[in-house]
Amino acid sequence: MSATRSPHAKGSAMTTTFAMKTQVAPARRRRNVRQSVEGWTFVSPAMLLVLGLSIFPAIWALVLSFQEWNGFSDPVNVGLDNYKEMLTDADLGAAVTHTIVYTALFVPASLLLGMFLATLLNRKIVLVGVYRTAIFLPFVASAAATGILTTYLFNPQFGMVNNVFRVLGLPQQGWLEDPNQAMVVITIMSLWGQAAFTTVIYLAALQDVPPELLEASRIDGASKWQSFWHVTVPQLAPVTVFVAIWQTIQAIQLFDLVYTTTRGGPLNATETIVYYLWKTAFKGLELGYASAIAYGLFAVTLLITIGVVVYSRRSKVSAF
Amino acid sequence: MALLTETQAPTTGSIVDPRRTKKTGRWIHLLLAPVAVLFAIPFVQMFLTALTPASQINKFPPRFFPETLTLSGFSKLFAESDILNWLGNTIMVSAVAVAGHLVLCSLAGYGFARLKFPGKNIGFLAIVATIMIPTQLLMVPTYILFSRIGLIDTLGAAMVPWLASAFGIFLMRQFFLGLPSELEEAALIDGCTRLQVFFKIILPLAKPALATLAIFTLLSSWNDLVWPLIAINDTSAFTLQLGITNFAGARRTDWSLLMAANVVSTLPLIVFFLFAQKQFIATMSFSGLKG
Repeated sequence: MSATRSPHAKGSAMTTTFAMKTQVAPARRRRNVRQSVEGWTFVSPAMLLVLGLSIFPAIWALVLSFQEWNGFSDPVNVGLDNYKEMLTDADLGAAVTHTIVYTALFVPASLLLGMFLATLLNRKIVLVGVYRTAIFLPFVASAAATGILTTYLFNPQFGMVNNVFRVLGLPQQGWLEDPNQAMVVITIMSLWGQAAFTTVIYLAALQDVPPELLEASRIDGASKWQSFWHVTVPQLAPVTVFVAIWQTIQAIQLFDLVYTTTRGGPLNATETIVYYLWKTAFKGLELGYASAIAYGLFAVTLLITIGVVVYSRRSKVSAF
Repeated sequence: MALLTETQAPTTGSIVDPRRTKKTGRWIHLLLAPVAVLFAIPFVQMFLTALTPASQINKFPPRFFPETLTLSGFSKLFAESDILNWLGNTIMVSAVAVAGHLVLCSLAGYGFARLKFPGKNIGFLAIVATIMIPTQLLMVPTYILFSRIGLIDTLGAAMVPWLASAFGIFLMRQFFLGLPSELEEAALIDGCTRLQVFFKIILPLAKPALATLAIFTLLSSWNDLVWPLIAINDTSAFTLQLGITNFAGARRTDWSLLMAANVVSTLPLIVFFLFAQKQFIATMSFSGLKG
């Protein structure tokens, strides 16, 4: 279409060459203005929403973090007091510990589970579709639904898990009612809901492992386990870095499943940083202190991300 | 080395269809079948318990399969809770969220990928940078902001944050960057306006990316709990997730009732997943966002 039009366009351009020369500057300016208006028309609605609901509140939160405010009275400037308070707040310290425990349980387990399931699912066998559906389906379960299921399955009296334990002759457990076990139960159910994510990522990565490498190691006499450990796992390194950082960020922001199962109990054993933050802000109405905690969390997230990116750049892992 | 250079470059198979075929592998069933059963148990229990008469649930010893099935849990649920109202609210929130994302993020993504205008790079960088900001940082100021403009306790409070997202803009931009630009150039020379080009030529080509974006938005907005929990205290504006969480707190041991509520909140997504499994898997590998 453009080909049939170009001779005509060229002809008209030649006849009006002189007239155009004098008008080039305003014409280009008009076109630039039109292009800017066009561009901003496309991007501004979404951009205003996204920036308006992130950068603007983020700056506001920073201001709040230097204030003491309950939302009603006049805010009082307290300088760095909120940040200082964080250092000596025993409840926050406990929440940090609980969050670290959860992260230490969840992240390695989700990586191993994802790698394990992806390796098993990465082949054409009968029923693989059924297995995949069973493993991936929990991904759609909300925290609210998972919470209700967790309290039911791990109910100490009537729950199915203790029932299985009883049949097997194992001692009955308190699960969510036991301060030492509650976080483990939450981890297990988080894994149930999120195994699909790491599995899908590893499945995609496994498809990119060059079959020649595995073939070569087989010819060299490596066992299946040896080729998996020495060929496949190193090939998966970039993906592992990416998934680990992603899951860590998710883990240190744990809130929903705690809210829908234990509400931080028993004996505050599952009170995470974000749960404590939510409680401080919306139950205790300490909006300034809550904002300071949120900034602390942000700083940690940022440090982890930067740290891993720098590390992976150095070790030439191309996840970023 | 000869071996490596002579073999063909691996074809990129899809995640759903692994290219390697192995006939050996009975031991794999021995591993996979129990894992699949374990993963299936919570949902199976959810459906079975929802259909079990209340009198049979807290019996000792507990049974896996109920002796009789009944729909009384559901009829009790519909009679004693506002679940249909919550369901309607969630459908409205998710519909607005998906529509907002599809229109606004694809417009912005196209603008950032194809159009030339001053401030484009800085604007895009600012949007991508916001992905780093954890939502917990925004909860307090957004709550105050929304209460000042009168959105708190209305469904609007649950909808507005879902109209567009940095992730959506980023996803669509990446997709449009990968499209060849000849088509739209031809249409522009033919006299189409940018908006015509966008709606008639570009969007029909963007169906895979739009499907990913729609599923991502549906899943996250349908399942969102923390923001409605903060922004909505009025039970008539409750979303499904908020409603059933509250209901679970009030009816701690009424399990067939609670599981019926769980079925109502989860079944739409389960059915949708079963019908569009490939698109869901593509979405998961893109985002991994949950909660």
